[in-house]
Amino acid sequence: MHGLAAHWSGPDMSFNIVDFLFSLVQLTTFDYLRAVWEGDMSPGLIEAILDVIAILTVSTFLLLIVLFLIWLERKVIARIQDRIGPNRVGGRFGLLQTVADVLKLLTKETLTPAGADTIAYNLAPLLTVMTALLMWAVIPFAPNVIGVDLNVGLFYVLAVSSASVVTLLLAGWGSNNKYALLGAFRSVAQLVSYEVPMVLSLIIPILLARSMYMQELVLAQTVPFLIVAPLSAIIFFISALAETGRTPFDLLEAESEIVAGFHVEYGGMKFGMFFLAEFVSTLFMSGLFATIYLGGWRLFGLERLETFGPLLGLIVFFIKMFAVYFVFIWVRGTLPRVRIDQMLDLNWKFLVPLSLILVLVVAVVDKLIPAGAGDYYRAGVHLVSNVAVGFVALELLRRHAARQRAIYEERLVRAHSSAAEPEVMAEAAH
Amino acid sequence: MNDFLLPYIPIAVLAGIALFFAVLLPVLSLSLGPRRPTARKLSPYESGMAPIGEAQRRLPVKFYLVAVLFILFDIEIIFLLPWAVTFRALGLFGLVEVLVFVTILVVGYIWIWKKGALEWE
Repeated sequence: MHGLAAHWSGPDMSFNIVDFLFSLVQLTTFDYLRAVWEGDMSPGLIEAILDVIAILTVSTFLLLIVLFLIWLERKVIARIQDRIGPNRVGGRFGLLQTVADVLKLLTKETLTPAGADTIAYNLAPLLTVMTALLMWAVIPFAPNVIGVDLNVGLFYVLAVSSASVVTLLLAGWGSNNKYALLGAFRSVAQLVSYEVPMVLSLIIPILLARSMYMQELVLAQTVPFLIVAPLSAIIFFISALAETGRTPFDLLEAESEIVAGFHVEYGGMKFGMFFLAEFVSTLFMSGLFATIYLGGWRLFGLERLETFGPLLGLIVFFIKMFAVYFVFIWVRGTLPRVRIDQMLDLNWKFLVPLSLILVLVVAVVDKLIPAGAGDYYRAGVHLVSNVAVGFVALELLRRHAARQRAIYEERLVRAHSSAAEPEVMAEAAH
Repeated sequence: MNDFLLPYIPIAVLAGIALFFAVLLPVLSLSLGPRRPTARKLSPYESGMAPIGEAQRRLPVKFYLVAVLFILFDIEIIFLLPWAVTFRALGLFGLVEVLVFVTILVVGYIWIWKKGALEWE
């Protein structure tokens, strides 16, 4: 990973703007700065400064990209629904619409409703934003651009993302509002349920890469895991939709039933913070999907090019991430909301057993493949076994649905034949 | 400091920056926005009606059931994660162990399904 570092080493390098810009293009700025500052400062201080610079860059980028994401989502949804979408503020395409919205939210009155639990009510938006930003620490943007490559990288993501459950409950409980409380119960039931198939499906990439380091998960994907384990990718995607509370699973803020769910009582910037966190974590889920199933910054060895390799890797990662994000929006514009019992049934009676069986099948198949087998042979065998498991699961689901339909139709016919007579009697009485 | 904790320093820095930002937003909003609270404005929203009673009440027991199921499965997954990382090193023994472990779990799963714990209502 530090192969390019050799480029920036000299006994007494001084700061040079041309070299600095070049290192930016090469994504080796940190190695460059390290070489420049060497000798002037203690190594510990240099690393600390670099850490702060990196983290500041990532968090600033995230907060700015949300402005773009909200615009993108509104525009795409508008197109799906045959509307134009934002088109007034900031030129023909309404690019500055979100900036105007943020300014509006900032100048709104900040209220804490009467009877609310002040601490819980005000702490919830803070923690939501914090967890949404903290998750990004382990996402590998390019070959040597990553916040921290933790040895428990993927596990860290799961740990931090499950903290959002607590913030939802804080918000719902603290608001002193019945809609908010109902919304919080629903959210907790949903987030907690879908965490099970999500983690189970993530075990499969860990099993295939034999590591939880994010960079090693990327490096293990000679063949992207989307092709090696498509079923795991689909289960992860469905669970990610539910975990971020997006449309087929947006029961937590079902407008027609519980107004806005857990954040009914939030207004102004406090509401804006929930909104921001939702978009940051949806983008994070897209980034995680791109990293774990689409090969991250890898694309046919493009990232190994001499000078611009890392930069191309960065671009490739962003294209993949936004492609997945587009699918998130697409799903939102296409599917209707599910009912709460359907949501829980899909999880506990279909996704959990399916992902559990899939983990075992992948483990057994991986053990059966001879040790010296090539990557493509291995990927092919896994693909076939995945498709087989998926096919059997769908067939079982189809039979179950056919049985259910028969029961409902029979009940309907019986209801019709027995209900007809009292109606006739009632008509006659009139 | 312990080498084991060293990689978490940047995460602590990130947590600090995130906290700073998360505090900054409501503070900005407080200082920029007007402050004219009235009793009507502060009352919780209940579709325009005067709120009846407290909103912090007990939760239906079926939510509790979901939470218990989650804890059950989540703990099981925590055991599977290290196994997945050391899958190759553990060899056939590890695989058989996990098969036995999951079989026991599946028996329990079938039992709770038959008991109706997975039904909503």
